[in-house]
Amino acid sequence: MESTTATVKPQFSEAAKAEIARLFEHYPAERRKSALLPILHIAQAEFGGWVSPEVQDLVAETIGILPIEVYEVSSFYTMFNLKPVGQHVLEICRTGPCMLRGSDELTAQLERLTGAKVGETSSDGLFTLKEVECLAACGTAPIVQVREKYYEQLDTPEAVDAMLAELRNLVHRPLLPWEQTGLAHSQQ
Amino acid sequence: MGRKLLTEHINVPGIDTFEVYRKHGGYRSVEKALKTMTPDEVVEEVKKSGLRGRGGAGFPTGMKWSFLAKPEGVPRHLVCNADESEPGTFKDRELMTKLPHLLIEGMITSSYALGANTSYIYIRGELLYVLRILERAIAEAYAKGYLGKNILGSGYDLDLHVHPGGGAYICGEETALLESLEGKRGNPRNKPPFPAVQGLYARPTVVNNVESIAAVVPIVNDGGDEYAKIGIGKSTGTKLISACGHLNKPGIYEIELGVPVEEFIYSDEYCGGIWKGRDLKAVVAGGSSVPILPKELILKTAAGENRLMTYESLSDGGFVTGTMLGSGGFIAMDETTCIVRNTWSFSRFYHHESCGQCSPCREGTGWLEKVLHRLEHGHGHMHDIDLLVSVAKQIEGNTICPLGEAAAWPVAAAVRHFRHEFEWHVTNPKEATRPGAYFSAKAALV
Repeated sequence: MESTTATVKPQFSEAAKAEIARLFEHYPAERRKSALLPILHIAQAEFGGWVSPEVQDLVAETIGILPIEVYEVSSFYTMFNLKPVGQHVLEICRTGPCMLRGSDELTAQLERLTGAKVGETSSDGLFTLKEVECLAACGTAPIVQVREKYYEQLDTPEAVDAMLAELRNLVHRPLLPWEQTGLAHSQQ
Repeated sequence: MGRKLLTEHINVPGIDTFEVYRKHGGYRSVEKALKTMTPDEVVEEVKKSGLRGRGGAGFPTGMKWSFLAKPEGVPRHLVCNADESEPGTFKDRELMTKLPHLLIEGMITSSYALGANTSYIYIRGELLYVLRILERAIAEAYAKGYLGKNILGSGYDLDLHVHPGGGAYICGEETALLESLEGKRGNPRNKPPFPAVQGLYARPTVVNNVESIAAVVPIVNDGGDEYAKIGIGKSTGTKLISACGHLNKPGIYEIELGVPVEEFIYSDEYCGGIWKGRDLKAVVAGGSSVPILPKELILKTAAGENRLMTYESLSDGGFVTGTMLGSGGFIAMDETTCIVRNTWSFSRFYHHESCGQCSPCREGTGWLEKVLHRLEHGHGHMHDIDLLVSVAKQIEGNTICPLGEAAAWPVAAAVRHFRHEFEWHVTNPKEATRPGAYFSAKAALV
């Protein structure tokens, strides 16, 4: 996904195309732009955890809107990574309720264990640390989100170690629902 | 033990499946409404129930429904606001994860009442795994004939879709949510026109919180009058409170409105007291945007009466000595909490989440964060404390949407009730910036 491959135009997998076709049915035909956020989620999952300008152009083309309509949206919402990321993006909640239960300590611990600072990717390319605002799981604070999974109650070194070990052993990311159709390029 | 209208069966194994949910009385409200009631009769029951919007504003749901414009030939929409992101609030996530069919049942019954044939659940993007749970449950409901064409032979059609956001607190504001659902940036719209007249795709639209829509199920099953018997005064029914912070038992509690705050914090039926045997310092009772209250004022009103978990009791005393029930995001802080640090964290949140459309909010939230940062980090001046109040005042009431107030209120209240802690940061910068330092009235420094 580095600039050397940027000249190759990205393409959605057949499974993703099928999922996108399903999504379009949720909205009036003249309102296909409504599918933009769900399609950006698919694109980010398909193309290495971030959406390059080329990928965003593909999204625009798929929906039939101008590229700028995608750029202005992808830059507004915090979940879309506009730069390359490591294999696992650790999204650490830093808001009040998590702070009360030790999110500052958790962040420091993750920086120590991965060797990356917040906003950086570890040298082995495995982990990107990202601080985010409230993830709506304050009762089990402090928490970290990795893709579609919440790791909760990370208030002991054991819990943090277990999370990192699980992610280290996950050579490929888990298959997402639209990939589990047989059509999907098998990853695991 | 209070009655549990929403969560009675929440821990039944398999309750997230259609079969088990149905076995425990699920989908009765759909049958009752579609087979024996007109849409207006359903609206009438919701009005009678006194249900108030559970997302935070507390506006009567039945009244909101009655504002919906019904021009001939124009489709109408019901949109469920599942963009739960007010710090301290995590009730809807729990409800949708464990009881997806309760929300779907509420959506069907409510959509019927409003005459909507396509409805959406807008869920925050971070909860994609909950979206999968909802989609699986929706597929079951279609297969069983509770969604789709001619539901239960009634002639009523409904399609229901789940739509993910992309990470933006502002999309919990209903017009920003509708913009987002249309595939745009989440910039709140100027009102009027209100969504009831021009909402999604410029069509008449009702936007309701997850818990409000779930509450329609017991209201239709048992009748609005029965629902209104629970609670006190204009605070009827049950409410999900998400309790967090320094509590022995953080979690989701369905309470009958009217439980004393003291009982909610200290009894073993609810939060079981403050953790580590410590004393309570302060509470933010309704999500991060409502005014923080010190222990004395959250347990008792200024007049010395027991504070109750109701809309009215919590707001007793206005913003001088009261607060709000809000979303039910109940954040407790023990005696070792640094109020300045906590306020800074909330301000950082609102600055981060401001959509940037209105300058008082875009610039003001930045100033609040900046000034609080320097106070917290030992570089503040005495006049910074009044500067905070001044900036907060200039944001409040000067923005398109209530995020401005949400950012201003917590800061104004923190200075109002904990001014001495801010002053202590200015006069004792060295002590105040030690990691884990906090102001204690007992020792002046711990």
